[in-house]
Amino acid sequence: MISIKKVSKWYGEFQVLKQCCTEISKGEVVVVCGPSGSGKSTLVKCVNGLEAFQEGEILFDGVSVGARHTNLSKLRSRVGMVFQHFELFPHLKVIQNLTIAQCKVLGRGNQEATEKGLKLLEMVDLSAHAQKFPAQLSGGQQQRVAIARALAMDPVAMLFDEPTSALDPEMIKEVLDVMVKLATEGMTMMVITHEMGFAREVANRVIFMDHGEIVEDRAKTDFFSSPGTDRAQQFLSKILSHRA
Amino acid sequence: MYQFDWSSIPGALPFLWQGMVRTLEITGVAIVVGIVLGTLIALLRLSKNWILSSTAALYVNGFRSIPLVMVLLWFYLLVPQFISRLIGRPAIDIRLLSAFVAFALFEASYYAEIIRAGIQSVSRGQASAASALGMTSGQAMRLIVLPQAFRRMIPLLLTQAIILFQDTSLVYVIGLAEFFGIAYNTGNRDGTLVEMILFAGAVYFVISFGASMLVRTLQGKLAS
Repeated sequence: MISIKKVSKWYGEFQVLKQCCTEISKGEVVVVCGPSGSGKSTLVKCVNGLEAFQEGEILFDGVSVGARHTNLSKLRSRVGMVFQHFELFPHLKVIQNLTIAQCKVLGRGNQEATEKGLKLLEMVDLSAHAQKFPAQLSGGQQQRVAIARALAMDPVAMLFDEPTSALDPEMIKEVLDVMVKLATEGMTMMVITHEMGFAREVANRVIFMDHGEIVEDRAKTDFFSSPGTDRAQQFLSKILSHRA
Repeated sequence: MYQFDWSSIPGALPFLWQGMVRTLEITGVAIVVGIVLGTLIALLRLSKNWILSSTAALYVNGFRSIPLVMVLLWFYLLVPQFISRLIGRPAIDIRLLSAFVAFALFEASYYAEIIRAGIQSVSRGQASAASALGMTSGQAMRLIVLPQAFRRMIPLLLTQAIILFQDTSLVYVIGLAEFFGIAYNTGNRDGTLVEMILFAGAVYFVISFGASMLVRTLQGKLAS
């Protein structure tokens, strides 16, 4: 589904991604973790072309993301993305947040889009808030709306860029619950998170990045039982002891 | 002490009213064209293509470095001559059109800067989110960024409109009969220039002050 081959990226002189390689197959849930500045967010944004890269190749469902002739808008409409800071459209009501791209990008009629939107709001347990504006919702609610907004496009895969790190602790669970539900329904997911509980519960694999490199890319059980590198071990001990 | 003679004002009111209509016409055209053109220039200025962005910057800086009176006179004196030479016909009286064009082009340069700042005040994440949903950059700008930017800019746009409304009095230099010009000429004719100018000033004050109170209320509402 997503294949990342020797991807490198520079900001000027500074190399943010170094020869990153990995594969994510259909239905797989991959958690990406690593210290801040390790390039994980950049890598995920390269997958839907929000960030350009200079070397290597990324294939999404067989389409080359970096190629000049690729219609990026069309590709992005098939990849859902959830941001750290939600990025709901504040001038639109919750339901309009869910319908605008359906109507303008996929060409769905207003009624069809609204029906779809309401169904998804029900799935994230926010039906009662359809007519509100985003600012009237809590952070956790906003992030659930953002997930529903991405799902409204019927994506074949979902990218999550630290979806819970801007949330107050008591709201993290409600967002993770939605993500777990998605994972168990078979959605292909690439998730940047430090929520190792989530990784243990639903991830197939864990990728550990540091200094722009993919340092580890292993099955979940292997990663947690015996991280292969010192760097990963140190990182894990830091975030796990902090959370215990 | 100076003896005020207000007696000529009631009789002049119908003419003054016609002048006010003209003033409002010029203001209205300049606001509408200025905002549309200003948005376009702001978008060009933010473009990654340096030819487009520097052309827009030249436009903005050019108009902002010239007194409005000059622009008015150019469009009144030079442009008609130039066009008449171009099409080989005698110049026609296009004072009103000159005023429309001059104000619209001039205001566009001011609006462009307000609008550019407004666009830049919308976080980049909004455009990213729109792109991530598959919108083209044009759709993201039109449907997501601009509506938010305009909402934030409304007080500034209105304040600029009030300044513009006062600036329209400058068209008296091209002899166009708008509110101030009519007040001036009537006063001159009847020997009541002081009274007329005071009256005209009071009218400008009441309208402008009323409008800025309105802006302030609106600002409070938008902030909450």
